[in-house]
Amino acid sequence: MKPEQEMVTVYIMGKAYQVPAGLTIMKAMEYAGYRLVRGVGCRGGFCGACATVYRLAGDYRLYADLACQTTVQDGMYIAQLPFTPGERAPYRLEDLSPEENPLLALYPEIARCVSCNTCTKACPQDLEVMDYIQAALRGDIAKAAELSFDCIQCGLCAMRCPAEIVHYHVGQLARRLYGAYLAPRAEHLAKRVQEIEQGVFDEELDRLVKMGREELVEKYRARDIEP
Amino acid sequence: MPHEVADLLEAYPLLDPDSVDLKQIDYDVDVLVIGGGGAGTVAALWANESGIPADRILIATKLRHGDSNSVMAQGGIQAADKESDSPAIHFLDVMGGGHFANDPELVRALVRDAPMIIHWHERLGVMYDKEPDGTMVTIHGGGTSRKRMHSAKDYTGLEIMRVLRDEARCRGIPVVEFAPAVELLTDRKGQVAGAILWNLETEQYLVVRAKATVLATGGWGRLHIQGFPTTNHYGATADGLVLAYRVGARLRDLDSVQYHPTGAAFPEQIVGLLITEKVRGLGAQPVNRDGELFVHPLEPRDVEAGAFIRECASKKAGGREMGVVTPTGMVGVWLDTPMIDIIHGEGTFKKNLAGIFRLYSRFGIDPTRDPILVYPTLHYQNGGVAIDASGWTGVPGLFAGGEVEGGVHGKNRLMGNSLLDYNVFGRRAGISAAEWAKRVKLGALTLAHVERYIEALREAGVPEDRKAPLLLPDYRGERALARMVDLL
Repeated sequence: MKPEQEMVTVYIMGKAYQVPAGLTIMKAMEYAGYRLVRGVGCRGGFCGACATVYRLAGDYRLYADLACQTTVQDGMYIAQLPFTPGERAPYRLEDLSPEENPLLALYPEIARCVSCNTCTKACPQDLEVMDYIQAALRGDIAKAAELSFDCIQCGLCAMRCPAEIVHYHVGQLARRLYGAYLAPRAEHLAKRVQEIEQGVFDEELDRLVKMGREELVEKYRARDIEP
Repeated sequence: MPHEVADLLEAYPLLDPDSVDLKQIDYDVDVLVIGGGGAGTVAALWANESGIPADRILIATKLRHGDSNSVMAQGGIQAADKESDSPAIHFLDVMGGGHFANDPELVRALVRDAPMIIHWHERLGVMYDKEPDGTMVTIHGGGTSRKRMHSAKDYTGLEIMRVLRDEARCRGIPVVEFAPAVELLTDRKGQVAGAILWNLETEQYLVVRAKATVLATGGWGRLHIQGFPTTNHYGATADGLVLAYRVGARLRDLDSVQYHPTGAAFPEQIVGLLITEKVRGLGAQPVNRDGELFVHPLEPRDVEAGAFIRECASKKAGGREMGVVTPTGMVGVWLDTPMIDIIHGEGTFKKNLAGIFRLYSRFGIDPTRDPILVYPTLHYQNGGVAIDASGWTGVPGLFAGGEVEGGVHGKNRLMGNSLLDYNVFGRRAGISAAEWAKRVKLGALTLAHVERYIEALREAGVPEDRKAPLLLPDYRGERALARMVDLL
């Protein structure tokens, strides 16, 4: 860090620290001296480990975002949510049938949704969380799967929901039901698996495994590239 | 091998073997899986599938179940399942990409199992990108001769990991989180017999006795080899290499570090993060500060990254000085992302690269209108613990799958073969561990191999303050560290 760098004041769990402007919340905590164990994972916005809530000076709102993807602001009050307790329904996918709307059967609390949209506002991925819960309620599994697809399961929706719904578990089940039962199956894939099981490619692979380097290099160079 | 890795291998254990009571066993299981990313989860699922009851399996992981490089993979997974393709063509691509240094038996397993893995995923409910008739949408990756890259938008790794983890939860496979392994255990015959875990929060050690152990600890990105930023998750500190080496496993191809050509170079907040190869697969071209295309956009990763570095390096260092310098002094080349919508139509970028679009939008950059700046970033451990095609390391009772093992990719991995690798060899390691667990007879637990290793280190005069495994990187600010004292 260059000494002339602009500094901002952030409050980590209420305690003030001076950190360089432009850092993410995660890097600001580390700069301040925290060695993170909880509340850190992929550091790239994919794993949902660093769910964080914050307030800004003079603003009554409680904001929610990912520590690894959010830049600090002067006067920011920060608290991380290291863990989200959330009830996950027990099921085996193979026992479920999409016609009977297992989403509502396994997560009946989705019927308690009051359409307040707080979940949507809390989502760091900007997903239409309430809409996918409503789709789940209607039994529209495909819609619930599509709308929840970018979910990183950080738990912020569930922590903010007045109806105590665990949205990310509902979305997970919707996607698995869609992928396993509703999406069209890839016929070329099933055919290829069958060919492999019948040993159709074994001889050719055996030959390649035993092939000398020179011949292999030649074969590699001569291969045609699909346009 | 890189000195960052050598320093970890030539290092003393964190735990003094004499301070551990091996008579008190905290977990007694058939199969211990070390690592809760993709490979570990797949290994546990297939150990279960092979007849080991869920409650006789334990997944131990350093962070949370699923926190891993697996969850971050964006672009896709390779499998030769189209009419125009075959496992043999896939084999050639893998060998060529790896500069023919790969173990051909492992490559055979990789390409032969690939369609079966995708088929398994399909039945588990992974939402692969498909045409309306069910045909898999597949595109090219660097070094592929057929379009065999399957994807789930640009969240392919996330989608697969979420489903695998959910399936492990469906089956009730126990997971202990925030408990990295710090040492393997053996019995008197030298068979690996579990591990010592360390609770990161309460700082207690935990003894796990296991009939079979699967190493699925991932790679080394957080060692920042040669000072590069990394795409890797926080826990990628090569712990598995250290543990395996101490117990006598063979390591291979560790001289080969994969730098992904396109890490973000701007803005500062996201430097080093992965910009998936799929961006180039969809038509974006890398160009220098004059807007000139200086390399084919889809060479194998090592070739592509090398060309980027040469384009940016100073003339004195043998480079061309044709990069773009950012306000923080990073240098990069342009990746012409607006081309994607120009070629494939408005909306293609947002639909297929939702994650990348979101990443840049957060910082006020619209990659469908403006090109982005990229520079190579430390991405993958090409080599690792040597295994055979069954996932066995050669040390009795120890199996390995995923990034921790080596040989599959030779000196350079192709895009889409890491997700495939962890599935293929996670599965094989899980099955092999289950079979071994059914027939092995274990003796009393020991840390004899660690004691021997300590002796060898002393003889070699290795500095005693050098400790491994690393477990977590340390990013605390210098100013804070300078005044830090341990009083409590």
